[in-house]
Amino acid sequence: MTTSRAETAMNYLLLVVVCAFALGPIVVVLVTSLQPDLGGGGIAWGNYAEAWSQGSFARYLRTSALVSATVLVVALTASVLAGYAFGTMTFRGSTVVFSLVLVGIMVPTEAIVVPLFYDLRTLGLTNTLWAVAFPQMAQSIAFGSYWMRAYFRTAPRSLMEAARLDGASERRVLWSILVPVGRPAIVTMTVLVFMWTWNEFLIPLVMSPNGAYRTAPLALALFQGQHVQATSLLAAAAVLVALPVVVVYLFLQRHFIRGMLEGAVRE
Amino acid sequence: MTPRWRPWLYLVPAIVVYGAFLLYPIGRSVQFSLYEWDGLGASEFVGLANYLGVLTDAGLRAAFGHALVLIAFFALLPLALGLAVAAVLNRARVRGLGLFRTVVFVPQVLAMVVVAVAWRAIYAPDGPLNTALTAVGLDSLTRAWLGDYTWTLPAVGIVGTWVQTGLVTVLMLAGMARVPREQYEAARLDGAGPVREFVALTLPSVRGEIAVALTLTIVAALKTFDLVYVMTAGGPGNSTTVPAYEVFQRAFRTGQVGSAAAVAITLTVLIFGLNLVINRLVEPREDR
Repeated sequence: MTTSRAETAMNYLLLVVVCAFALGPIVVVLVTSLQPDLGGGGIAWGNYAEAWSQGSFARYLRTSALVSATVLVVALTASVLAGYAFGTMTFRGSTVVFSLVLVGIMVPTEAIVVPLFYDLRTLGLTNTLWAVAFPQMAQSIAFGSYWMRAYFRTAPRSLMEAARLDGASERRVLWSILVPVGRPAIVTMTVLVFMWTWNEFLIPLVMSPNGAYRTAPLALALFQGQHVQATSLLAAAAVLVALPVVVVYLFLQRHFIRGMLEGAVRE
Repeated sequence: MTPRWRPWLYLVPAIVVYGAFLLYPIGRSVQFSLYEWDGLGASEFVGLANYLGVLTDAGLRAAFGHALVLIAFFALLPLALGLAVAAVLNRARVRGLGLFRTVVFVPQVLAMVVVAVAWRAIYAPDGPLNTALTAVGLDSLTRAWLGDYTWTLPAVGIVGTWVQTGLVTVLMLAGMARVPREQYEAARLDGAGPVREFVALTLPSVRGEIAVALTLTIVAALKTFDLVYVMTAGGPGNSTTVPAYEVFQRAFRTGQVGSAAAVAITLTVLIFGLNLVINRLVEPREDR
């Protein structure tokens, strides 16, 4: 297709403008985070150290890591197992159960969080790792079972049958053949679940009212309330909270984009 | 031969966690929504009164009204921008589209709290936005963006536009890339201008992507919570409160648990209905 040079130049300009729009607010935060709070020149790297200690971010980032790891381990395992059953086995009730799982992808957190809090409070389980992690596992399992089923359905049958003829058990076929081959699908799910859990706000806010399991985003919101004037400290804190997901994104961005676009396209 | 119970063995962990922490709570939410309860004392069965409240309570009606405004900013504006940008980019081959995708997708991976902190800084009375307006001589437009009854809701909406536009653009680009180049050449030989080309060729090819984009962004608009909680706390007054924020306030701050559950269930029904409607609208073409 022939296009004029002017049009090509226009397109590059458009690319730059749209990128600037996307990056502008991020640049504002980065620049603010390095500004000395009391005016004056120079780059104040110290803001990061100060935000880190004043906001106790070491502790809250650790909580976030713990919650994310717990959710990931359980949700991934349960999703791989469920996806294997949904994707490779025919059994009665499969369609019904799978439709129920699909429902869960659409349900907003607001619809479950109210009774979750009051019921777990009755059981004395609020302010525990489980209260914060289990609801998020359930949400991730809904997506994960759907996502892994899609992979197992396309997994090479010939490979599975060959392994079976060689006497491999169902379990062995899953763990030593299908899971290694399905690494891309599993990595995609891992990064998505990590991002969702790390960034989640409502569940830890509600399920840990005393702050015992306060995650990093919550700590940031709290930090904002306490440091309304200290803009540069707040900006530094925001960077600290965003950094883990952004770093993973920079390395595995294909997985993020693919997962968020394809995962959205339901059958 | 696999025994009949085998598949269920694999499903047990998923079903237990999912059932106990997602399906069961939905049922409980429905149950809660039929009672009046302050979260501590005795509860009273009130039938559908809480749902009636969603329609009649001024605060709740305002919240759903605000959600509609947010839909314009989270869904319609990004769709218009995304379609325009993708259509223009699609006309001429440019390099660097991979990097472009990576960059414009970044707002999607940031925690909403981080986004809210960033935009609060931008909207601050002495922040970059007002500074920029003053610099170009538009002093009259400067204001306390987050303290203004008229402008705070659009200011929150623009943040949604910022978050969603990249995602929508990437989706549209992916859809448009599927149209064979020859079809464009044929259209041009027939004398079709850029507008005809867009309406007759490009737009129909991305029907599916438009549906996905609208579903994702409208649901995001309806679920908005973190952004409002951190940026405005529903204020000034209740000019930026939204349904999800009302659920939180009523359930955990003002002792109206039943009403909170009714709002949450209404929100869920809206989201499901929307998914259904949007998918129906797209289906006939896809079946061809």
